[in-house]
Amino acid sequence: MTEILQVKNLTRIFKSGSKSITVVNNINFGIQEKTSCAIVGPSGSGKTTLLGLCAGLDHPSSGNVRLNGMDLTPLSEDERAAVRNKHVGFIFQTFQLVPTLTALENVMVPLELRGNATNEVRKYALELLDEVGLSERSHHYPSQLSGGEQQRVAIARAFINEPKILFADEPTGNLDSETGAHIEHLIFDLNERLGTTLIMVTHDMELAQKCSRIIKLKNGSVEEDSMTVKVEAAVNE
Amino acid sequence: MNSRWLFKMAWRDSRSNRKKLFLYMSAIIVGVAAQVAITSFRANLNTSINEQAKELLGADLEVERNDTLQNVVLDYLDTISEEKASAIEFSSMALFPKNGYTRLSQITALDGNFPFYGVLKTNPAEAATHYQSSNTALVEESILLQFNLQAGDSVKIGNVTYMIAGALQDVPGQPIAASFVGPRIFISTTDIEKTGLLAQGSRVKYKSYIKYKPEIEPEQVRVELDSLRKDSDFRYDDVAERKKEVGNAINYLSDFLNLIGFIALLLGGIGVSSSIFVYIREKINTVAILRCVGVSSNQAMGIFVIQALSMGLVGSIIGAILGSIIQIYLPFLVQDFLPVDIALSVSWTSIFIGIITGVTISVIFALFPLLAVRKISPLFTLRTVDINLSKLLDKTTRGLLLFIVAAFVTAYAWLMLKNIVAALFFTLGLTACLALLTGFSVLITKVARKIIPTNWSYEWRQGLANLYRPNNQTTTLLLTFGLGVTLISSLYLTQDMLLGTLNFDDQDDLPNLALFDIQYDQNDGVNKIIDDNGFSIIQNVPIVTMRIQSIRGKDMKDILADSSSTARRWALTREFRSTYRDSLVETETLESGIFIGNFDDLNESVPISVDADLMEDINAQLGDTLVWDVQGFPISSYIASTRSIKWDTPQPNFFVVFPSGVLESAPQFFATTLNTPSRSASLDLQRDIVLAYPNISAIDVGQVLETVRLFVDKITFVIQFIGLFSIITGLIVLAGSAATSRFQRIRETVLLRTLGASKKQVVKIQVIEYALLGIMAGITGLVLSVGASFIISYFYFEITFIPNFLILGVEMTILVVLVLVIGLLNTRGIHNKPPLEVLRA
Repeated sequence: MTEILQVKNLTRIFKSGSKSITVVNNINFGIQEKTSCAIVGPSGSGKTTLLGLCAGLDHPSSGNVRLNGMDLTPLSEDERAAVRNKHVGFIFQTFQLVPTLTALENVMVPLELRGNATNEVRKYALELLDEVGLSERSHHYPSQLSGGEQQRVAIARAFINEPKILFADEPTGNLDSETGAHIEHLIFDLNERLGTTLIMVTHDMELAQKCSRIIKLKNGSVEEDSMTVKVEAAVNE
Repeated sequence: MNSRWLFKMAWRDSRSNRKKLFLYMSAIIVGVAAQVAITSFRANLNTSINEQAKELLGADLEVERNDTLQNVVLDYLDTISEEKASAIEFSSMALFPKNGYTRLSQITALDGNFPFYGVLKTNPAEAATHYQSSNTALVEESILLQFNLQAGDSVKIGNVTYMIAGALQDVPGQPIAASFVGPRIFISTTDIEKTGLLAQGSRVKYKSYIKYKPEIEPEQVRVELDSLRKDSDFRYDDVAERKKEVGNAINYLSDFLNLIGFIALLLGGIGVSSSIFVYIREKINTVAILRCVGVSSNQAMGIFVIQALSMGLVGSIIGAILGSIIQIYLPFLVQDFLPVDIALSVSWTSIFIGIITGVTISVIFALFPLLAVRKISPLFTLRTVDINLSKLLDKTTRGLLLFIVAAFVTAYAWLMLKNIVAALFFTLGLTACLALLTGFSVLITKVARKIIPTNWSYEWRQGLANLYRPNNQTTTLLLTFGLGVTLISSLYLTQDMLLGTLNFDDQDDLPNLALFDIQYDQNDGVNKIIDDNGFSIIQNVPIVTMRIQSIRGKDMKDILADSSSTARRWALTREFRSTYRDSLVETETLESGIFIGNFDDLNESVPISVDADLMEDINAQLGDTLVWDVQGFPISSYIASTRSIKWDTPQPNFFVVFPSGVLESAPQFFATTLNTPSRSASLDLQRDIVLAYPNISAIDVGQVLETVRLFVDKITFVIQFIGLFSIITGLIVLAGSAATSRFQRIRETVLLRTLGASKKQVVKIQVIEYALLGIMAGITGLVLSVGASFIISYFYFEITFIPNFLILGVEMTILVVLVLVIGLLNTRGIHNKPPLEVLRA
């Protein structure tokens, strides 16, 4: 199996006045295609910064990130945007829907950007909304939807461009346990069916255990990198 | 780039913000409306002037002299004219026997079918055609109404009483304002000699009006007349010249108004810029999300550029429509000053220029926040960051943008003023003004931050703190409102200052009535009438008319023929009205030389004193010799001294003063000044004098001041009307800025109320904040306007400026109330929102 994400000697230093803070410190790992990986760790351990660097949302101070075989480091912000549009999907803790667009329009954005025919995009977006159970609410604005519904729209948007890799930042962090469970189910189900690689930042160890691999961070460095029980069980079988 | 998607996205994104966008747009609407109204009006006026060019003069050619035209000139005019008319014009007292009223009037005695182009409008209309043949008079309509007179009543001019044939309503080429100087009266030339008003000393103009033969070329006539002028002193005006003069005057005024209107548009630009800043600040998250899903920085910026462009375009189109409607009403404001009837039509050029200017301003000013969009990172989706948009732009970009704005402003001013230096000064002045206003706002926010005493009440501390905390409206308000206030207040203060210098009402020692054209043999009689009425004379000045014959031994003819001479023709050829006395009077200050008051040796050169400003006009130096032609008698003189003269006083002043002992036996007449205790006493005295001596003219200072006031009032009203657009724009920007902060206000109010604040406390905080903002904007604008008025008075009018604190106080009150009302209107309904509803949002 090939590695879809390769992280080499990745370091991110933030400067605050005369002080330098190393948030991500010389991290190395690789993620195989169609697997799932949880990045866990206490607050301030560098999880979200690492996720941002892996997804090409931020630029490392040193080291590099290869996504789908492409080195993101020398790319400009606009070139990385094109990579994201083609290969990456996102799910955020705070849903991050465009408030002025309807649920359907939010889902359509990534494909519309590519200039794809509107009717086809609309049809596919409606199918995805149907899959997440929101076909009836496709013309509602984010402010008219509950938290769980907004996150389902975000999931539909994350999958519409059939990404190779999906980055999720605390996807259930803002939801109650029942809704959170439903969202977890949706993410893992779609991920498996569509053969996407999932990288998830979470505090929730129970959720992390559902991934095939867990990378534990502490003070910006990898403290532990292990296969989960789920994988071990599968191997033992 | 997928441009279809960009437009689609821009449209979708604007959906929930259209009300807000419309508010931003209204600033542009008002600015463009002011622009289009003025430029359309000007375009229509120019078209009307072109169409009615011949009516501006009423003839193809007007030739004028202060004496009867020489035969050689008249002979030439005969060769070119198909039709001719002659006129004698002078000022004289008109007495209306029905009620005994008198008024210094402009008399025109006409012989011939003038005007050849356009019509003399009278009531009844036929009066215009028969007043000459019936030897009756046409009298200005306003004076007939004022004195309750009608056709059939009479008017006495000099020694002749005319029946009034009708009311004079309109003379082609003369604006109504022409009658402000004195009512116009038209009579025939038949009895003009009998009036006795053409006597020596009277200022009379003799005019010939010509309608060219069809084959005559105006260019050729000009060449011939210029050649004749080498030997004869006369002036002429033809249609092309008059058109140019009128066009220039109108263009000066409209350029000025246009720049004032342009300031409104610039304020609109500042409004757009600050609104887009707030708008984009709210959109940071949206941009970050879009960047996450693959939107490039240019595409993200493109979405908002399209919105700004559309907003500018729609605003400009609405503004252009509004401006085209306003221009229909502009003529009512200025019709008294217009020499032509305006044919109103839609000026597509003005609309086009207005729209282009509006759109450009919207985009240029919006570029400041829009370029910052490119710098919004997708990382903001993962972390909530408080970003200062303006700091996202580097110094070079900011400098470049400011340069583009300055270049655009200069280019526009250049287009309007056709003078690059003036345009640069306009930009420089505006930049200085804006820099001062920004400086003030920075100072205010810094001072507010420092001075808040801890022992002040919570409401006061909060209200004051609102001036500097994030999303404050201090700078925006001070810039837009401050500039508007500066503009309007400067106009008010300058107008007040000008009128103040002309206010002699309360100065008992100054004359308020001046009598002119008193003949030598009438002087004692007039003095007696004054004495009998119980008034005392302030001045009784002898006047001797004379012309310059030679300067430094060079004959006037040679001086005029010398093309290298820098002397002014009007100064060399004019008829001087000089006096003689032994001392300077209080309106004069000795500039150079020695004033010699007595001299009796007629065989020697006479030491005279000359107005210091006239020295340059006649190109003379102290000590130069001048020979005067005193009604045929040459008198040799030399310039012994120069004086500066305060002309803006009611006393008669003179360019040239002779010493006593020289001109006493020359033919002369007198001018007398006196002070009457009331208008009615003044009117009674004028009537007594005119009844006894009809040739004597009386200048009633009260009447003149009223005229000047009327004139200044009308002109300043026009300027203020256009300046008002700036204030309206300022108010819109304030409303826009207040509206954008509404959500934040709601949250704060709710939080305060949740924490136990009463409605009264919350309202008090808001009242304090808006009152302080109003006071700050007011003080800043008013301080700048006092500065501007001081500069205008000191450098331009050369008079001492004392600010009118009453005006400043009234302006301040109006301003604070306006800001307070708009601010508080914006918070309406906030207090009734249930806290939970807002906290959940």
